[in-house]
Amino acid sequence: MSSLLEVASITKIFGGLVALNEVGFTVEKGSIVGLIGPNGAGKTTVFNCITGNYVPERGDILFRGQSIKGKKPHTVVEMGIARTFQSIRLFGKLSVLENVLAGRHCRLKSGLFSSLFHTPAQRREEEEAIERCLEELKFVGLESHWEDEAGALAYGSQRLLEVARALATDPELIILDEPAGGMNDQETASLVDVIAAIRARGITVLLIEHDMRLVMRICEKLVVLEHGNLIAQGDPATVRSNPDVIEAYLGTDDGDEEY
Amino acid sequence: MEFFVQQLLNGLAVGGIYALVALGYTMVYGVLKLINFAHGDLFAVGAYLGLTLLVSCHLGQTLPPFFAVLLVFVLVALMVALVGYLLERVAYRPLRGAGRLSAVVSALGASIFFENALMLIYGARVFVYPDFLRPDFTVTLFGYQIPGMRLLVIAVSVVLMIALQIFMLRTKVGAAMRAVAIDQGAARLMGINVNRIISLVFLIGPGLGGAAGILVGIYYGQIDFLMGWSYGLKAFTAAILGGIGNIPGAMVGGLLLGVVEAMASAYFAVAWKDAVAFFVLILILIVRPTGFLCERTADKL
Amino acid sequence: MNTRKVRFITGLALGIVLAVLPFFVNNYWTDVCVSIGLYALLALSLNVILGQAGIFHMGHAAFYAVGAYTTAILNTMFQWPIFWTMPLAGLAAGLVALVVARPIIHLRGDYLLIVTIGIVEIVRIALVNDIFGITGGSNGIFGISRPQAFGFRIVKSIHFYYLVWGMCGISLLLFHFLWNSRFGRALNYIKHDDIAAEGCGVDVSHYKLMAFVLGAFWAGMAGTLYSAKMLTIAPASFNFMESVIIFAVVILSGGSQLGVLVSAFLFIGLPEVMRGLTESRMLFFGLAMMLMMVWRPQGILPPLPRVYKKALARAQALAREKSE
Repeated sequence: MSSLLEVASITKIFGGLVALNEVGFTVEKGSIVGLIGPNGAGKTTVFNCITGNYVPERGDILFRGQSIKGKKPHTVVEMGIARTFQSIRLFGKLSVLENVLAGRHCRLKSGLFSSLFHTPAQRREEEEAIERCLEELKFVGLESHWEDEAGALAYGSQRLLEVARALATDPELIILDEPAGGMNDQETASLVDVIAAIRARGITVLLIEHDMRLVMRICEKLVVLEHGNLIAQGDPATVRSNPDVIEAYLGTDDGDEEY
Repeated sequence: MEFFVQQLLNGLAVGGIYALVALGYTMVYGVLKLINFAHGDLFAVGAYLGLTLLVSCHLGQTLPPFFAVLLVFVLVALMVALVGYLLERVAYRPLRGAGRLSAVVSALGASIFFENALMLIYGARVFVYPDFLRPDFTVTLFGYQIPGMRLLVIAVSVVLMIALQIFMLRTKVGAAMRAVAIDQGAARLMGINVNRIISLVFLIGPGLGGAAGILVGIYYGQIDFLMGWSYGLKAFTAAILGGIGNIPGAMVGGLLLGVVEAMASAYFAVAWKDAVAFFVLILILIVRPTGFLCERTADKL
Repeated sequence: MNTRKVRFITGLALGIVLAVLPFFVNNYWTDVCVSIGLYALLALSLNVILGQAGIFHMGHAAFYAVGAYTTAILNTMFQWPIFWTMPLAGLAAGLVALVVARPIIHLRGDYLLIVTIGIVEIVRIALVNDIFGITGGSNGIFGISRPQAFGFRIVKSIHFYYLVWGMCGISLLLFHFLWNSRFGRALNYIKHDDIAAEGCGVDVSHYKLMAFVLGAFWAGMAGTLYSAKMLTIAPASFNFMESVIIFAVVILSGGSQLGVLVSAFLFIGLPEVMRGLTESRMLFFGLAMMLMMVWRPQGILPPLPRVYKKALARAQALAREKSE
């Protein structure tokens, strides 16, 4: 039984600068995996390689045993990997519901002609899509805001809306880039519940997070990056006691207090 | 070979003019992300103002030609700069917060306005620049007889471009301009008066454009009220070719476009001359989507 | 809600006025309204590309020209009836759009803008140079016949009025459906943030291309109507200025379809009203363009949020479940 996602020693170079150096790890189906490391370690670059925004120079990325390297981002989403963005990228001027419908888009079939001529099949599909999207909003607790402008939501709610939008794509793997970034304690607590509920739905979670308490609490496996190199991986307890990690990561001043 | 060299120099002369006009597009784009479609017409305004000063105000007769031209260059650059400044205040500044294309439409309106103002004031006919201003000496270079006018136009445009580049790189105001182009918000926080910098850009760009207008008048000997459109479009193409917002890019783009056009009309069909610029543009953008001097920055995700 | 009502009533009133207008004005003004209708049609189709998908396209006249010339050539050389040429005119324009746009559609906004201007210029120069020997050079094509449907010959201004505005009506309806669909939403996602759209699973280049081809198809059909109305076409009718006007109509409209109609009346009707100014007419036209944008930087009537009636019922049901 192979892993759901296998990042096979990828190397990414930006104009001579090695952003990722032969980074490799696996994500097992049904697990919650955390990708951690100091700022500039290359975490988001790993994400962007997986989602198809970047193409690694060397190595390969396998999803369900199939290579997804070099595939366009929208194809990767169709294959079952959904993402959120570190800097929130909602369609701020559109409604909350329409943002979730954006995620649903790739599972719908209506094309140009059925849209132009407003066919019965198109109408039916729309109704189903709306229903489904409202359920995803309910899942993250935003259903009462469905009509609001997405940009007007509170910061924490915007992060949750991005999660709902990603969930609407029917993913097998969801990739969350700093989902708790900018959230207060209360919002973080409800995020933890949401992440647990996502896993309960059978969806695998890969996340980048700076909040160490959150990572230690919910992840079964951690992957640690530093300067584009993978320095440790394993369960939180093992990683925590790894001397390299302590030096690279926990030795920094923001790491101390969080432990 | 002689023919080739003459065409090359002709292309460089026209290209220098394109480049001077392109600078106005690219500088404004740099600070405002606005395509100032009226810039070509400011260039035409420069050509007409130059004509007025030389003919109607008899500057051409009362002063020796060299000083007359020099004085006209300075006066016209100042006047066109003023027009550019007013244009920004009236037609662009109120639209600063709106969508970028609203300002583009306003610019197109300004362009139509200037074009028709020139036609109403001067008439729709072609005007001839006084030809005693044209220096008709020739220079022998590598065994070829080269019209001195051609070399002068190239020299003037190169000198102006170098002066601008020195200004941008070596002076404090130039640094402020570059800062505003990169990040207006940050520039403001660093104490730069962004509005003043934008006004200054609208003085320098049109000023150079006005000077280029006179160059066209002297070089070709005639001007018409539609010249703003044709030169403007070419110059804009040149700015895009070099990577819009990039000052050396506009210079290289202008010179390249001038040469390619001259070669195309010399060796290819003259009837397609105006289309050649666009063919080149499309081909280059397919290979390098942001122009050939613009660094390709990865999108921030 | 209130704005929505006001808009609906305005639209309805405009529709009624348009339906009976030719009976109250003379031939000259009917012709002006035919011209406005053609621009409205072109602007409605450009609105799909520029307004909905946010693609900086300033070369719509190129596709208009392809459609008009397709009709003119098929009609004068092969004696095809005008209406039969209409789908072909659309297809020809759409095909040209597909071929031309494919390699350039990924270009960033301003780069695309100049390339689309370049396309208009290339098409115009190609027509002037009598490409393939079938476009008649700078004189264009003469002797296009009148359209005929079910034994009824469309000759008078009033006939064309209803033909053009009927076509506008159909387009309004279809594009309204399009706007309220998965397709229309996808275009809006791309307009707001194409990277986020791609990251959500929207095939950005496919949708951009489709928007482009659809808009061009419509412009091509508008070209058929133009040929049929004018009987003579020449390259000068499809120059960059035409593109600029269509572009400006869309931007001033703000992006809603009602806005496009109002904007078309302002843009095309205003110079007619100012006819008395003769020579200085275009001077004031340019001035008006600036003033109108300064007056309404966001456009006259930006689109209102979409209505999801189904969602309202469903959300209320969800709320009830929660409270129980």
